[in-house]
Amino acid sequence: MALRMPAPEQAILSRRNVLIERLRTALPESNVISDETGRRAYDCDALTMYRTLPLVVVLPETVEQVQAIMAIAEDMSVKVVPRGSGTSLSGGSLPLEDGILLGMSKFNRILEIDFENRCARVQPGVQNLAISKAVESRGFYYAPDPSSQIACSIGGNVAENAGGVHCLKYGLTTNNILGLELVLMGGERLRLGGKHLDSELYDLMGVITGSEGLLGVITEVTVRILQKPMIARGLLLGFPTVDAGARCVGAIIARGIVPGGLEMMDNATIRAVEAFQPCGYPLDAGAVVIVELDGAAAEVDHLVKEVEAIAQAEGATTTKISQSEEERLRFWAGRKNAFPAVSCIGPDYLCMDGTIPRARLPEVLTRMDELAKARGLRVANVFHAGDGNLHPLILYDASKEGDIERAEQLGADILRLCVAVGGVLTGEHGVGVEKRDLMGEMFNETDLDQQQRLKCAFDPQHRLNPGKVFPTLHRCAELGMMHVVGGKTPFPDLPRF
Amino acid sequence: MASPLDSVTPLEESEVADIVRSANAGGTTLRIVGHGSKSALGRNAPQERLLTTRRLNGVSLYEPQELVLTARAGTPLRDIIDLLDENGQQFAFEPIDYATLLGDSPRDDTLGGAISVNASGPRRIRAGAARDHVLGIRCVTGRGDIVKSGGRVMKNVTGYDLSKLLTGAFGTLAILTEITMKVLPKPETERTVLATGLGERESLALLRGASATPYEVSGLAVSFVEGHPTAALRLDGPEISVAHRSEDLIQSLRSTGAHFEKLDESRSRAHWIRLRDAAPVAEIEGQVWRLSVAPSDGFSVVDSLRGAGAPILAHFYDWAGGLIWLCLDGALDAHAVSIRAAVNRVGGHATLIRASEDVRGVVEVFHPQPETLARLTRSVKESFDPAHILERGRMRTEF
Repeated sequence: MALRMPAPEQAILSRRNVLIERLRTALPESNVISDETGRRAYDCDALTMYRTLPLVVVLPETVEQVQAIMAIAEDMSVKVVPRGSGTSLSGGSLPLEDGILLGMSKFNRILEIDFENRCARVQPGVQNLAISKAVESRGFYYAPDPSSQIACSIGGNVAENAGGVHCLKYGLTTNNILGLELVLMGGERLRLGGKHLDSELYDLMGVITGSEGLLGVITEVTVRILQKPMIARGLLLGFPTVDAGARCVGAIIARGIVPGGLEMMDNATIRAVEAFQPCGYPLDAGAVVIVELDGAAAEVDHLVKEVEAIAQAEGATTTKISQSEEERLRFWAGRKNAFPAVSCIGPDYLCMDGTIPRARLPEVLTRMDELAKARGLRVANVFHAGDGNLHPLILYDASKEGDIERAEQLGADILRLCVAVGGVLTGEHGVGVEKRDLMGEMFNETDLDQQQRLKCAFDPQHRLNPGKVFPTLHRCAELGMMHVVGGKTPFPDLPRF
Repeated sequence: MASPLDSVTPLEESEVADIVRSANAGGTTLRIVGHGSKSALGRNAPQERLLTTRRLNGVSLYEPQELVLTARAGTPLRDIIDLLDENGQQFAFEPIDYATLLGDSPRDDTLGGAISVNASGPRRIRAGAARDHVLGIRCVTGRGDIVKSGGRVMKNVTGYDLSKLLTGAFGTLAILTEITMKVLPKPETERTVLATGLGERESLALLRGASATPYEVSGLAVSFVEGHPTAALRLDGPEISVAHRSEDLIQSLRSTGAHFEKLDESRSRAHWIRLRDAAPVAEIEGQVWRLSVAPSDGFSVVDSLRGAGAPILAHFYDWAGGLIWLCLDGALDAHAVSIRAAVNRVGGHATLIRASEDVRGVVEVFHPQPETLARLTRSVKESFDPAHILERGRMRTEF
């Protein structure tokens, strides 16, 4: 696939040997991977349609080594692409031909579990699910649960501000972390927050979360852990149409109920899921809604009845209530299998990630159907209905000439549609390279310039993960980061870049 | 305070941008106020011109079913809270009203003001801070650029989350013009369990014990009634659930030996409004500090200050012990050195909330930062406001 990335800098490529030599002085020899076979393993993340062989791969084991790498990179003006587990769906850790690929996989230790303060200090390479596993003996868990949680790393979760199916009630990564340690371009080490709540002065932790590896390399995360709800029960609801399902979701929330999980699937997904591994979804339904209610037993039982009544009033044709933990998990099984199931009918699919105001869903789905028909493709829809996060899965066949391009064009059409109805380009997957060139749909030049000025405050030479998020790179000086009033630079004591 | 001659009251965002651009060109510093209820917060740093956002008023979007509300920055918070209340909704972060502390009339703040100071209350431990409920912001930067960030949907990772940065920035990065908030259903009822008969340290341990139960406690504080520590544990939700959970909670804490008592809904509400607004320290004459530390460090910080002879007149703990409000006998240095030393030993920060203009002119109101962080903070400031015209000196001497 043709993807416009910053042109490789000849000056860097020609000094590759010097760079490798210097990296080998900073790291154990085996942690600097320079041969092609070794580097090949890192040539893409989960957006596999784009691949680039990195200049060199480094796998540091200590923060000091990360600092040394970042100092060498700055000194030699080499680009750096940070990578956690490589599960980004938007190409956030797509390597650069003239860049160091900085893999954080060896930072895999849980440093401290502090039940009393309800937090855990972990290294960035620790897998999301491993945190919950480490604290479950005392009834705790870590709330954000992206679908890749058995593989994705907490450092990557912070970089992408990962979500999951429980966001409406429990928030995204940004709402569940207390502290960060990071290394800036050049090698300086910085700690933000800690075990206390709310950082003072500017909320740098808030802006670094979701910055897609463009502001710093995360070397430690302090996460909040929560007590598991006493019980959770699920409802599996079938509706004749997506409209009816959407109305039910709106009615539940209007009643003042905030479910732990609230998911919807359209008929195309229901059929794919049932063909993949039957789990009792009604095949004739236009939409299936899964509602999970959690909390104290008495409250959950009470809310289950309320939701059941709402569903019936909204014309539900199927209403099943989980009577056991096993049954609750079975309701979820279909949803969790949705992506692999759809890939069986695809045979390939492109997963989009827009968020829309929930009330616009019926209209968006109708419009999406028209757009798909116009491109000669089909779309299956999986929807985090509670928070409006839509995952249209565009089905295509990579072996067919032009199908990939059509799928990509349809993806762009759909995201434009999301923005047009008041939504956004990405709810949880990140902009990366995938949605980079669509940023102009949501932000004007002034908005994007301000975001890039912030980038300049962290990384004035644009060496950290360039080519991601922003459609065009402006030099910091062009953005007026050198401010001159009446011919005089204010605050002449300040070092300027 | 600037004289009325120097003040401007724009009606539109574009006017705000014009004012900032001309201030930028002339190097004129601007004070940004809504209703001015928090003018006595922050460093004492007089500005040359006063920009009031109170005419940027009005709710422009409210969709209860979507849990979203957009209002212009100068909209009175009271109006928004009333509107939400009519629809059975609320701001779950329970915004503190600084009026009791700073001597203003009650709830005379604006949405922009509340967001600019990240005004979170007792429910912060469960529901998050103000910053966790901001979905999107429109603002005018110190360069005079109109910039938007975020959106109106719950889940959004498109571009940098500038809304987080602007929340709590005291107007030093940009002038907020419109804010989109996540709103949530208001709990059907609430009840508070009071635990008495324990010492201060034991009462705080009880709070931490309660926070490790699955009973979804939404407020955990220790205040003092005639000198006796009183732990307050709030439960909210549907009546049936609150009734069960409060019983279960008391059972789980029996072994502490505390005496338990329940406050009904109206007494519970009154109790938490007092704590939200820091009334136990606000009512005593003296300088007020707000300390944020790990919950398990709360007691040792206060105890070490007492040991060092700090003249503490009143104090209480919120956030399971992680938020300490202190009222001290006034001093020219506001006891800043000893308070910050006590906090630095364990990690966290201390903010001087109430003190005279003179004191706030010489004492660093916000916690000093290590050098690398201070440098980065300044670069971030300058990425929005290169000429330091917005609230110059309000947060930091150097900008």
